[in-house]
Amino acid sequence: MITLTLKEQPNVPLEAEVLSPDAMAALANDAIRALPVYLGKKPCRVDDFFTVEGEASDELEIRGDARKIKWIGRGMTRGRITIVGNAGMHLGAYMSGGTIEVSGNASDWLGGEMSEGCIRIRGNAGGQVGAAYRGSRLGMKGGTILIEGTAGLEVGMRMKRGTIAVGGIVRDFAGLEMRGGTIVLLSGAEIRTGAWMMRGTIVSLKPISLLPSFLYACTYNPTFLRLYARHLGTLGFTIPYEEQDGAYARYTGDAAIPGKGEILIWKSGKA
Amino acid sequence: MLRITGGRVYDPANGIDGIVQDVCIADGRIVAQADSGPVIDASGMIVFPGGVDVHTHVAGGALNFARGLVPENQRVARKFLHGLKLRSGIGGMTPTTFATGYLYAGMGWTTVNEAAVPILSAKHTHEELHDIPIVDKSTLLLMANNELVLDLLEVGEVERAQHVVAWLLWAAKAYGVKAVNPGGVAAWKWGKNATTLHDPIEGYHAVTAAKIISGLAGIIDDLGLPHPLHLHCNNLGVPGNVTTTLETMKILEGHRAHMAHLQFHAYGGHDWATMRSEAAAIAEAFEAQTNLTCDAGAILFGDAVTITADGPWQHLLHQLTGRKWGNLDVENETGCGIVPYVYSDRHIVNAVQWAVGLELLLLIKDPWRVFLTTDHPNGGCFWRYPEIIQLLMDADYRKEQIKKLHPEAQKRIVLADLDRQYTLSDVAIITSAGPARALGLSQKGHLGVGADADVSIYPEKPNNDGVLFAYPRYVLKGGEVMVEEGEVRATSEGREFIVRPSYDEQIVEYIRPLFDKVYTMSFENYPVEIERLRRPEITTCK
Repeated sequence: MITLTLKEQPNVPLEAEVLSPDAMAALANDAIRALPVYLGKKPCRVDDFFTVEGEASDELEIRGDARKIKWIGRGMTRGRITIVGNAGMHLGAYMSGGTIEVSGNASDWLGGEMSEGCIRIRGNAGGQVGAAYRGSRLGMKGGTILIEGTAGLEVGMRMKRGTIAVGGIVRDFAGLEMRGGTIVLLSGAEIRTGAWMMRGTIVSLKPISLLPSFLYACTYNPTFLRLYARHLGTLGFTIPYEEQDGAYARYTGDAAIPGKGEILIWKSGKA
Repeated sequence: MLRITGGRVYDPANGIDGIVQDVCIADGRIVAQADSGPVIDASGMIVFPGGVDVHTHVAGGALNFARGLVPENQRVARKFLHGLKLRSGIGGMTPTTFATGYLYAGMGWTTVNEAAVPILSAKHTHEELHDIPIVDKSTLLLMANNELVLDLLEVGEVERAQHVVAWLLWAAKAYGVKAVNPGGVAAWKWGKNATTLHDPIEGYHAVTAAKIISGLAGIIDDLGLPHPLHLHCNNLGVPGNVTTTLETMKILEGHRAHMAHLQFHAYGGHDWATMRSEAAAIAEAFEAQTNLTCDAGAILFGDAVTITADGPWQHLLHQLTGRKWGNLDVENETGCGIVPYVYSDRHIVNAVQWAVGLELLLLIKDPWRVFLTTDHPNGGCFWRYPEIIQLLMDADYRKEQIKKLHPEAQKRIVLADLDRQYTLSDVAIITSAGPARALGLSQKGHLGVGADADVSIYPEKPNNDGVLFAYPRYVLKGGEVMVEEGEVRATSEGREFIVRPSYDEQIVEYIRPLFDKVYTMSFENYPVEIERLRRPEITTCK
C-alpha cells in the first residue's frame, strides 16, 4: 500500500492526475515523490504537498482534506484508491476499472465520463456526477457510483449506461439528457428530474415533482428492479420491490424530445 | 546562401522529374548558384516545392465559432506546449492559430488560401492570419450572396457591380472572390434555399443562381484577378446534384473558374438510399472544359467538423445527424453553419463520398487541373493529406481499403476499377505546382530561379506506417529551415497576398448611403486598413 498524507493545503486547486494506481504501481518511493503535479500552471512534485509512504502497490490511500486536489484517479484502470477525508473535483473521471472510496465528501464531476469500476462516497457529492463533459455526447458509459449523502445539479447528465445511487436528496436536473443507465434516488430530488431524457431509468423512493412532459403509464413492480435491488442491497442501498410493500408508478418521457425514458416513483402500501 | 545537394528534385513546373541536382538559395529565393554558405545533404531524399493549399478554412469568425462549439474534440486534440520558439496551442479538427502554422509547415506546406471570408469579419480574419506563423496566406471574399452585389445584378447594373466588387476586395484586403451556394444563403434568410439555377432567388425577381455565377465570373475576368471565381456550387452534398454541377459548368463556358471541393458535387441517385458516385460523368465534362480547375474536397473516415457559409445545407445536415448545430447570420453578406460530423466506413453514404473524392483525383487525367484538398475541416483535417497521397500512389493499398467498405457501397462506385497510381511528379503537381498556378502565384509551386525558396524535403522511402509525406526531413520557408525531422525548429511571419483591382473612386458615393441605411457597422470602420497587414504583398490588376 502507498499512503499519501496531505501536509500542506494548496492555495489554489492542485491538478494531480498522477494520484492513481496506474501511475504509481510500478514506482519506487522516491519516484512517486517526484511525480509531477500542477499548481495552476506551475509544475510541482507530489512530495511538495504530500508525505509519501510505501511504494509499488496497486492500493493507494490518501489522508487529509483533499478538497482542493483535482483529478485523483483520472483514467485509472485497476487497483484501489481510499481517501480518508474529502476529495476534489473530477475524482475518478474517465476511469475504466478499479474502485475508489471516500470517507468524506466529493466535489463536482465525480466519475465524469467513466466507463467501468466503482466509486463510493460516504458523504456528499457535488454536481455533474457521472456526467458528460461540456460538448461531449455521452456521460458515463458503465460502472457504479454510490453516494450515501446528497448530490448536486445535473447528476447523470447524458449518461449512457451504468448505475448511480444517491442516498440523500439530489438537486435539479438529475438525469438531464439521459441516454440510458439507471439513477436511483433514495430521498428524491428537487425539480426538473429527467429533463430531455431519451432513454434510461430514474427510480425515486420519494415523491418528486415531474415535468408536464412526463406521462403516467401504469403502476407495477418491474421484474428487473428485483435484480437491481438485490445487487444494491449488498452494497447497502435498500430498494423495496415486494408487491406486499407497494408498487412503482411509471412515467414516460421526456415527451419534449420525444424520449422513451422512464421515471419510477415508489408508492408504499397496496397498489 | 544555402545549397541543397544530392536530393532527387521534383519540380514539374520546370519539367524536372526526379533528377538529382542542387537547389541553391539566396535572400529567400531560388538562385542559379550558391558557392558559399551551409549545405543540406539531401542524399536519399526527395525535394519538392513547398505545398500550396488552394482551399482551406483556417481563420475567421466561422472557424472560431466552430472551435467554441466542439470542446469535446479539443480535449482529445494534440497539444502544442509553449516553448522557447513555439507558442502553445492545440491541433485536432479545428487547430488554433499558431498550431495551424506548425501543422501545415510540419507537413511541408508553405502557402494556404483561406477560402471563405465575409467582408464584415475580414479584420478579424487578418488578425488571426497574422497569428498563423511560417506559411504565406491569401483570402477569398464571400460575394455570391452579398446584397449590395445582388441588388445591382437584379437591375442589370453589371458595370457598377464590378466597381462594387473591386472596392470590396480592396476594402477587405483580399485576394479573390468566393461564391458559396450562389443565392442560396440569401434565400436562407427567408428560410429557403436555391436548389435550381434558373429560378429567381427568394426576395428577388430577376436574379437567379445562374446570373450570379456568370455575373461574378465575368466581373472577375474583367477585373483581371489572378485567381478566377472560386465556386462552391449549389446543392452541395445532395444526392443527384450531378445535374446541378454539370449545368453550372455550362454556365461557366467562356469564363475561368475554380470549382471547389468537387467531391461534394458529384453524386447521383434520387435520395440517400439510392445515392451513388457520378465522378465519371463529372470528370468527363470537366476535362472537356479547359477553362476550369478544381480541388478534390476528398473525405477521410473519422471525425470532422463541417463549416460552411452554406447555411441551408448545414441545417439539413443537423436534421439528418441529430448532432449539434451552429448558425451565424452575417448581415447583408452571407451566413454560416457548423455541424460536427463523423464519416464512418460502415455508412454507405460516407463510403460513396470517400470513393468519389479519390475517383475525381484519379479520373481527371490532367493533374494540373485537380488539386488535393479535404475542404479542411469539412472532409477531414488538412494534416491528414498524407493519407490521401498514400491512397493515390498505391493501387493495391487502395483496393484493400475498398474491400472494407459496405458491400452495397462498393456497387455504387467505380474506384475499384481504377488502376492509376500517382507518380511523385503527379503528387508535386496536385499539392503544389497546380494550386500555385491556379492561384496565380508565379513565385510559388516551383523551384526555378526567382521562385520563393519554399522547399520540402522528404525521405525517399516511407516510414514504417507506409505514409510517405507525413514527416518531412526538412522544410524551408523563404530559404530558412523551419522544420527538421518533422519538428518545428524556427518560425517566421508569413506574407499575405492581396489584390488591388482598379475601380472608379466615385463608387464610394454609391456604397456609403446604402451602408448607412442597411449595415449595423459604420462605413468608416468597414474597410481593413493596409497597416493592419504586417507583410502584405500587393498584386495590382490592370
